[in-house]
Amino acid sequence: MTERVLVGKVGFDGHDRGARVVARILRDAGMEVIYVGLRQTPETIAAVALQEDADVVGLSMHNGAHRTLAPLVVRALRDQGLDTAVVVGGIVPDADVPYLVDEGVAEVLGPGASNDDVVAAVRRAASARRATH
Amino acid sequence: MSSVGEPERQRRHAEHLRPVPFETMSGIPLAPVYGPDDAERPGEYPFTRGPYASMYRSKLWTMRQFAGFGTAEDTNERFRQLLGAGGGGLSTAFDMPTLLARDSDYPLSLGEVGRAGVAVDTLADMEVLFGGIDLGEVSTSMTINSAAATVLAMYVVVGDKTGVARDRLSGTIQNDILKEYQAQKEYVFPPRPSLRLVTDSIRFATAELPRWHPISVSGYHIREAGSTAAQELAFTLANGFAYVEAALAAGLAIDDFAPRFSFFFNAHIDFFEEIAKYRAARRIWATWMRERYGATDPRSIQLRFHTQTAGVSLTAQQPEVNIARVALEALAGVLGGTQSLHTDAFDEALALPTEKAARIALRTQQVIAHETGVVQVADPLGGSWFVEELTDELQRRAEEVFTHLDHLGDGSMLDGVIAAIDDGWFQGEIADAAYDLQRKLHTGAWTLVGVNDFTDGDDAAPPTLAIDPVVEERQLARLRDVKANRSDAAVDDARTRLAKDAADAEVNLMPALLEAASAYVTVGEVTETLESVFGVYTERATP
Repeated sequence: MTERVLVGKVGFDGHDRGARVVARILRDAGMEVIYVGLRQTPETIAAVALQEDADVVGLSMHNGAHRTLAPLVVRALRDQGLDTAVVVGGIVPDADVPYLVDEGVAEVLGPGASNDDVVAAVRRAASARRATH
Repeated sequence: MSSVGEPERQRRHAEHLRPVPFETMSGIPLAPVYGPDDAERPGEYPFTRGPYASMYRSKLWTMRQFAGFGTAEDTNERFRQLLGAGGGGLSTAFDMPTLLARDSDYPLSLGEVGRAGVAVDTLADMEVLFGGIDLGEVSTSMTINSAAATVLAMYVVVGDKTGVARDRLSGTIQNDILKEYQAQKEYVFPPRPSLRLVTDSIRFATAELPRWHPISVSGYHIREAGSTAAQELAFTLANGFAYVEAALAAGLAIDDFAPRFSFFFNAHIDFFEEIAKYRAARRIWATWMRERYGATDPRSIQLRFHTQTAGVSLTAQQPEVNIARVALEALAGVLGGTQSLHTDAFDEALALPTEKAARIALRTQQVIAHETGVVQVADPLGGSWFVEELTDELQRRAEEVFTHLDHLGDGSMLDGVIAAIDDGWFQGEIADAAYDLQRKLHTGAWTLVGVNDFTDGDDAAPPTLAIDPVVEERQLARLRDVKANRSDAAVDDARTRLAKDAADAEVNLMPALLEAASAYVTVGEVTETLESVFGVYTERATP
């Protein structure tokens, strides 16, 4: 199976180095990557996820807004009737991981996650989602 | 070797030596500089070895730690503590909505208000931020780009209202919009109208703010976004040339504005390449300013710069190891001759720095300055075959980029840089370099201690700083309050004038921005007004 992964950033944060590198890593691992870039809202993410039938939404977050924004993206997806898995990567303190998981985030990748960690987390999230179909 | 260094200023600098012994721990006396008699000296054109003859013997670099959080009250309290402790320099970090020229109640602002810096919506916030501080007595550094002209206007109005003459206002505003399209991505308008705002603020500062630095041309963010040192050097100086050409095109004379240009570079972990980068930057700038742009004032020709250690070089794994990385990077900045330095806190890969981590970062600079002895001799690595060759090679590589851009712009660096932004050329080069480094990390071709090798150890996360969500509520309450109490007629008049002035490219926008600031027009309202004329910029999304 070829996983379909939407990669982008929500909110104001313009640090797109991580998102761009991760998009290339996933593409090199054979996944279909839909890169939507900067300044997305939870609603635009959900709309693209619906249109592209994404298995996973990968959010890259670097300025501390993950606690606010990641749950809003999960909610926007569910409001569209989507069970797309959400993977968050970036500067996320360990202490915030249980909260994000409670809010429906499937996987969290902290700073310094390796290429293999990234690919494995996205595969896990995608197959968990597909298993329910 | 010819020298265009102003002998008088250089002599005064050299005469004011710090009252410390200039000798090694063994008591060996040290000369201010070493090298053969016919070699280039520090303080001499093209300033490869430093802008001043005596460098840190006379004056250490400024230890400028960048900070800002919460509401204007919180930051004002921090400022006053700093001034009370003898500091004279304020450094302001703004939150994301302010950096992107939006208000705290803008939909995308949710969760961002007061988080990574102070929130400024209107003049009222600036009045609180600088309350009780004599703006004629301090030097204020403001790190802001898209909203730079708006915030500069507010700062001037705070000065006007507290009776501080404009010629006493001292400080720096980053105001470097070109690197936003290339790297940091905090843009609002398309490049041309954005450049007009930069040029208008440079024109205004040249006429009215003689002690102000209206631009800090920044390679830091280009490097953080993934560029190599060679690209950081080339892209930053190319941007500098573009601003010079924009100001010349606006009718300014080179030596009227160029003396107040400043620069901001990264200090990454590849020690000698970083040192060579700073040396090459000074030489290139001096040569171009004199040869291509005809500058004669030595201050137009001497490149002076701020340095910050590389946030991206810090690891979340075994975070205390970052203290060693920061020390080595800071040492490179000092050996490269920086005029000011920010050292990162070791916990920055995890969250905003805690007080303890910030103190260790400052102490690291103090160890370099007061214990290591590296400050006793100017450009101690000058003449090293290796460092000189690296300096030459980085210059050659930068010149290749300049040739490409000059060609792209048909003889104009300004047009070349904008064309390359429109093509996504800088962005692609930076993304390729970032991916290349990630690949080397993955294959083990590049070792990152604690991440892909030497991973045994304590990964327990240190305590991190959390921002109280009440900050957002307090800020929204003040914004509502200001909007309820200002004159709607004055706001409408100011916005009408701003739109009218924006539509005429010959008009300087600063007077309209000053009027808007005085009328308590919000940062976001200014942006919306300008947007109606300038439009917005959207980047093509390519990974």
